[in-house]
Amino acid sequence: MGARVIELENVSYTYGGGELLSDVSVQLQPGSFHFLTGPSGAGKTTLLKLCYGALLPTSGRLSVFDQDISSLDRDQLAVLRRRVGVVHQDCQFLDHMTLAENVALPLMVSGRSESSEQDNLTELLSWVGLGARLEAHPPELSGGERQRAALARAVILSPDVVLADEPTGNVDWEMSQRLLRLLIELNRMGKTVLIATHDMSLIRAAKSQVQARVLRISQRKLHLAGADL
Amino acid sequence: MTRAEVSTLLRGDTRANRVVPPTGYTAHLTLFVAGAMAFLVVFALALALASGRIADRWASELAGAATLRINAPAEQLAAQTEAALTVLGQTPGVASARALSAEEQVALLSPWFGPDLPLDTLPIPQLIEITEGEPGMDVMGLRLRLGAEVPGAVLDDHTRWREPLVEAAMSLRRLGWISILLIGGATAAMITLAANASLAANAQIIEVLRLVGARDGFIAGAFVRRFTYRAFFGALVGTLLGMTGVLLLPEASDAGGFLTGVGFQGADWLLPIVIPILGAAVAFFATWAAARRKLKELS
Repeated sequence: MGARVIELENVSYTYGGGELLSDVSVQLQPGSFHFLTGPSGAGKTTLLKLCYGALLPTSGRLSVFDQDISSLDRDQLAVLRRRVGVVHQDCQFLDHMTLAENVALPLMVSGRSESSEQDNLTELLSWVGLGARLEAHPPELSGGERQRAALARAVILSPDVVLADEPTGNVDWEMSQRLLRLLIELNRMGKTVLIATHDMSLIRAAKSQVQARVLRISQRKLHLAGADL
Repeated sequence: MTRAEVSTLLRGDTRANRVVPPTGYTAHLTLFVAGAMAFLVVFALALALASGRIADRWASELAGAATLRINAPAEQLAAQTEAALTVLGQTPGVASARALSAEEQVALLSPWFGPDLPLDTLPIPQLIEITEGEPGMDVMGLRLRLGAEVPGAVLDDHTRWREPLVEAAMSLRRLGWISILLIGGATAAMITLAANASLAANAQIIEVLRLVGARDGFIAGAFVRRFTYRAFFGALVGTLLGMTGVLLLPEASDAGGFLTGVGFQGADWLLPIVIPILGAAVAFFATWAAARRKLKELS
């Protein structure tokens, strides 16, 4: 892994004639922990999507693992995404498959045998507290269970980076603390973590447990925050 | 697309088939369309093959034969017949010439006038059956000589009515093949629509697969296999039903004429076997193209 996991240099993103992000520059170092905050609609999700190649910058340079993301073809982008675990607020599961199958989906698409990874899968689901729900289908899960399942799916390939978009948006305080502890634990394993959230209490709670950098988006620009927390 | 890519898409990772929900109206639509189209193709194929056989038979059966009709007063009929046979015997390219007997002429006329035809009381012309040899006779030269030596002779080499019949049979054969092509095109169009509908209905699944690092080939493969197998089984059932229908058609007979000859004969029965395979191939390429297009749109 290079010195920077993700690097944005003067990145702008325009959609429908309006500029959502302007001249954004930031570097995520390996093993670092970041919060991305800002009001709703500020562009947090857009920035996260840029980081895993779901969107491409209108201008500027964005590199992930030292690869310019604009120069990658669709298959190369797919392979790159296996090194970036993503947790969405709405989770997105395949409802006709069981929880275990959903969490194992990254193994399937990357051609790895699910049977040989069965122990890891069981262990991972136990780690997120879903060891007893392997055969449940996503519609049967609570909001908190869905978020933890999404986190398990995001990390099953042991990615170098975990991007989480409002991971605590649909859960109560207790569950949000549990998810935060899991993300901090991942960071202690050496993963780079970037959490987009507008929940300032989550950021305050994290400060006592992990050295986190807080980035704030406002007026389409990215600023380093922290003093006001 | 290379053969390896086709093989990978068809075999693929069977676990990947699970990512697309197994039900949905597109499944029934694909099965029904493939089955109905295969059923129609069987009949179009039977029509094309039967038309070809009939065209060939008419062309070959009638090409080497001609008829000479002697219209003369009763007292001159025998003399003119004898003269005509002499001329024909001297004509190069005539393999044989034979005057039909009274019984044979009655047999020819009986379908119209009944079996009790009093031939001897009617002014019926004498018919002479001519069989051509190789390399064939000079029809124009023969007509001129007969005109001079046998005034009551009229030569009919069957060209006048053979050519339109053969042309009609050939046209039917062409129509049969064009129908097969059109059915293939319509099948591809309908399967493309079904595949597009399925891809659109499963957009969220595609988004999830993308999110976890699935390549386009993996996603497209899951849909391609689903539609290819559905089309194959639908076409197989349609083909079997179509072949049963053809089997139940009346067998060819002289009394039945053209309509009773529509069907498969001998090795022709093996040809419908390729229909399910072609149906699957059409579905494979239609779905593959639709999936690639849709995946580009969704990116």
